[in-house]
Amino acid sequence: MARFSEENLETALEIRSRYPIAKSATIPLLHLAQEQDGYVTDDAMEHIAELVGTTPAQVLGTCSFYEMFKREPVGTYLVNICTNISCQIMGGEELLHHAEHSLGIKAGSTTPDGLVTLEDVECIAACTEAPCLQVNYRYRHRITIEEFDQLIEDLRAGKLADEVPPHGTLARTRQHIPAERAAGNADPAGVPEPGWLARNAEGADA
Amino acid sequence: MAVTDAPKIITSRFDVADGHTLEGYVRTGGYEGLKAALAKKPAEVVEEVKTASLLGRGGAGFPAGVKWGFCPPGVFPRYLVVNGDESEPGTYKDRILMERDPHQLIEGVLIACYAVGCSQAFLYVRGEMAFAQERIAAALNEAYAAGYVGKDILGSDFSVDIVLHWGAGAYIVGEETALIESLEGNRGMPRLKPPFFPAAKGLYLQPTIVNNVETLSNLPWILSNGGAAFAALGAENSKGTRMFAVSGHVKNPGVYEVEFGVTTFRDLLYAPVYGGGIRGGKELKAFIPGGASAPWLYPEHLDTPLEAGVIGKMGTMLGSGAIVVFDEDTDMVKACLRLVRFFARESCGKCTPCREGTSWLEKILERIVDGHGRPEDLDLLLDVCDNISVGMNWPPKQTTICPLGQSATTPVASAIMRFQDEFEAYLGGPATVTVEVKGPAFVGPVREEVGADA
Repeated sequence: MARFSEENLETALEIRSRYPIAKSATIPLLHLAQEQDGYVTDDAMEHIAELVGTTPAQVLGTCSFYEMFKREPVGTYLVNICTNISCQIMGGEELLHHAEHSLGIKAGSTTPDGLVTLEDVECIAACTEAPCLQVNYRYRHRITIEEFDQLIEDLRAGKLADEVPPHGTLARTRQHIPAERAAGNADPAGVPEPGWLARNAEGADA
Repeated sequence: MAVTDAPKIITSRFDVADGHTLEGYVRTGGYEGLKAALAKKPAEVVEEVKTASLLGRGGAGFPAGVKWGFCPPGVFPRYLVVNGDESEPGTYKDRILMERDPHQLIEGVLIACYAVGCSQAFLYVRGEMAFAQERIAAALNEAYAAGYVGKDILGSDFSVDIVLHWGAGAYIVGEETALIESLEGNRGMPRLKPPFFPAAKGLYLQPTIVNNVETLSNLPWILSNGGAAFAALGAENSKGTRMFAVSGHVKNPGVYEVEFGVTTFRDLLYAPVYGGGIRGGKELKAFIPGGASAPWLYPEHLDTPLEAGVIGKMGTMLGSGAIVVFDEDTDMVKACLRLVRFFARESCGKCTPCREGTSWLEKILERIVDGHGRPEDLDLLLDVCDNISVGMNWPPKQTTICPLGQSATTPVASAIMRFQDEFEAYLGGPATVTVEVKGPAFVGPVREEVGADA
């Protein structure tokens, strides 16, 4: 199941419909593919290329530029530890070393049971809450080594399933524009001056 | 301590439990700025924002109203792209604004679209910010249903869709032309400018305004209270308030909204309501005033007011409002390496000086930290910097399409000029520095002169 399922295809078409040029949907659709399969498969990229009117090679080109897209399976939980400046000076590197030792893997690899992939990441915008990490892009602020161990234990026990969806799922709330409320896409080739700008000329001689 | 009683302009709902919902937002004065805007002509809204002298809060600090004016007349459609790709190390403000007050941002987007005449808006949120994406999606869905966004907004002739879009992990996409490339479905590599700036040819080569989340979040207050009330706050060249993330070795790391110009670095780092002083009774060694790209400042600069013009003259910047505080025990060579590694990892690879230069800076610094440095390495580092940003001056010169490369040179120049002794400790002996570094913030330690008046 690497092309979009019927249900996801419907979502994909809705996402695509919000852009004046279909190719703009490439990144959101790559996320959708990753949500479906846990990573981005070649078949998914082919399907996306069909949907946005480009080539699989171009989709791969875009996909391979961005850190978040994985082109091979990763663990159920992606644990990203920040070691950038604010975290570094507050113990982020020590936290990463502890994680590597306790999980028995180096950053960039996955535990043999497929539960956790560990990454050493750049700033994730929680600098005042250092050291910080994300589990499948859900934040853990000011985390201690003990809290890290507890987190891994909870993940193993499946205790955080409600809070942390499997890798690939980002926002669980999606935007939905009701048809009757939509203003419509602004086609770059054919949208006139918006009507409300005419107000600027009103009473110009007053 | 000059802790002012300036009103909270953009963080006023951080203490309102349901401030992120439409109900909580409207109850606390939300969407009044939009109503005030719709009662004016679009050109009058632009004037109001110009009166406020609202500077862009993304990093470059360009006046928002002036930027709007760069759209060529008569060319449509125009687009608004919201830059919510916050990733400058040390920076934490746009995420909190999106999570805690998403409607304020949406209202700001609507006001900007109305003023400029944008037919569609794209709200680009950093990929890693799943919670912010959820909050904004929920807020947009509510706002559409209630008639604040979409067709015939509040029964008027103003119609615009706001599309939530998100990235996938790339610092460079915070650069506005790279953001546009990414939004078009491409690799996030910056476009050469000039000849065309986004306001003239941006998204789909149409006029496009790219504004930062914090910048737009100021608009509802400005329209509700007037541009003059905003301009009455702050300093001559920096009006209003600003969010600062104070991180690192302070007692109370946090995100604080403070008045520009009146507040000083000392206030932010030491006042009990802000940073509260250096933790553990330690001394301050240095601080980064505006994100990883900004030249560092030192204890002798603490009494400088938070004012863009003053700090620019000192050879650094408030940038993205990210203040990182280092205490006396910090290893500045390792800090420098970590910052450089960031830029090396995030270089998109399009321009040679940045792609090659940042990775060589990282390798040389790694060699030094690993104990294999050579006496000539400091000059070598500065020479590489000089090839990325000629003269290491301020404002920096660049040999590349975007400023990422030159940003990697600032921690190197700061660290070597100020903490040469720490490098020498790693090198195991004296090093000579002969390459000239021109930026006024790249200063050596303050030496006490014998016999001089205190």
